[in-house]
Amino acid sequence: MKNQVDPILTAQKVTRVPMVKIRHLKKSFGDKKVLNDVNLDLYPEENLVIIGRSGTGKSVLIKCLVGLIPHDEGQIQVMGKEVSSLTKDELNELRLQIGFSFQGSALYDSMTVRENLEFPLKRNQGIHDPGKLNELVIEALEDVGLASAADKTPAELSGGMKKRVGIARTLILKPKIMLYDEPTAGLDPITSAEINELINEVRQKHQTSSIIITHDISCARTTGDRVVALVNGKNKVEGTFQELKESKDPDIEAFFNY
Amino acid sequence: MKKQLTELASITRFVGSTIYHFFSSFEARELIRQCYTVGYRSFFLIGFTAFVAGVVFTKQSRPSLASFGAESWLPSLVSQAVIRSLGPLITGLICAGKLGSNIGAELGSMRVSEQIDAMEVSGTRPFSYLVVTRVLATTLMLPLLVVYADIIALLGSFTMVNMINNSSITLFFNEAIASITYLDVFSSIIKSAFFGLAIGVVACYAGYHSHGGTAGVGKAANTSVVVSMIFIFVIDLVSLQFINLFR
Repeated sequence: MKNQVDPILTAQKVTRVPMVKIRHLKKSFGDKKVLNDVNLDLYPEENLVIIGRSGTGKSVLIKCLVGLIPHDEGQIQVMGKEVSSLTKDELNELRLQIGFSFQGSALYDSMTVRENLEFPLKRNQGIHDPGKLNELVIEALEDVGLASAADKTPAELSGGMKKRVGIARTLILKPKIMLYDEPTAGLDPITSAEINELINEVRQKHQTSSIIITHDISCARTTGDRVVALVNGKNKVEGTFQELKESKDPDIEAFFNY
Repeated sequence: MKKQLTELASITRFVGSTIYHFFSSFEARELIRQCYTVGYRSFFLIGFTAFVAGVVFTKQSRPSLASFGAESWLPSLVSQAVIRSLGPLITGLICAGKLGSNIGAELGSMRVSEQIDAMEVSGTRPFSYLVVTRVLATTLMLPLLVVYADIIALLGSFTMVNMINNSSITLFFNEAIASITYLDVFSSIIKSAFFGLAIGVVACYAGYHSHGGTAGVGKAANTSVVVSMIFIFVIDLVSLQFINLFR
């Protein structure tokens, strides 16, 4: 158990090269400091869960990571590249290696499920052959157990199905890193368990490294190899799920025992 | 003051980005789809409004002309009024309402439901796909819609004239066209292209930068319509002064 750890020292102890390396990250909106000196490493094929109360900057953190929100201070290195120093084209290239599963799924509601999945293929990889597109779409949908939903519109899908299609749409570009923003938010316990299982399957099948943002304890327990607790914009405690659960830190204790 | 200047800088950047992305990545398929949405789907409303405007304008102008014994000037009066001012203005205002709210609300809801962010993180350049195509579509289709509205309004006018005087369509259109100059036609088309540009830029800007959930979407749609309409009146006034230099 590492209370008040120095992540830089921790990282140095580990021989593997991190896929994502965040150092002294700061982000404010007006006077409100959302991220205040965050330090994190994500290692290859690791599921890193970030837990914390609403408003602690969890989602802002991963949006900074893909350059959706520019950070104020600190370094974010993704696969050795400093995000803030990339040109627009370089950033787009890097983003192809990162899959982002949004909290609300963010499916394009004017398109069918099939068109949602074809969209990045056509635009990023220039694939327009109907046979090839169909093969890739069905393969991605089979990965999430929804091959039969290809011709439905997002409005016809349940919350859990939308999450699965959202994950399939990111997987279709074969990313190396997956970012899940509240993957189980708003879902019933059974569907949540299925999504947790899917996150583990994705890692196993595609060898992805994942950051999972959640405040769902069962999601953190099921999916996380390592759990980081974000408190007041800082990564306060880090360890396995069991280590965090046994923490005597009042903030962490309150979170786990509520 | 600082807020207004920041907003102005943001709008300038947005227009600059639209021009840059137009030349750097051209989205032909989506542009055609948007032209269909903007143009074809507006035909009925524009046609209906133009026809009624033609009928009403003729009905209301005729007694005044008749009192001076100048009833035969009616086709010339109607055609000049329609082509120089009424056609572009009516089409512009209808499109500001119909297209402005549509684009503002569509992009606004895509923004608040993170669909634009999803495009961004998958490296698909949403600006070229969503904004440039819509701005181009409104700019290209407004002049066509104005020409269409002009013809329908003149047909409406002829219908009214014919109901009263049983006039010939050839005679009516000969009279109407004779009083129109090339300057009238070209200035009307160019003016309407600027109307389309204003509607596209304003609606896309409002939608693309909307925030604050469903309330933000409503605000984006509202801003698109109101600001587009103001721009249309301003462009109409400025173009009137400019065109008068050549008359």
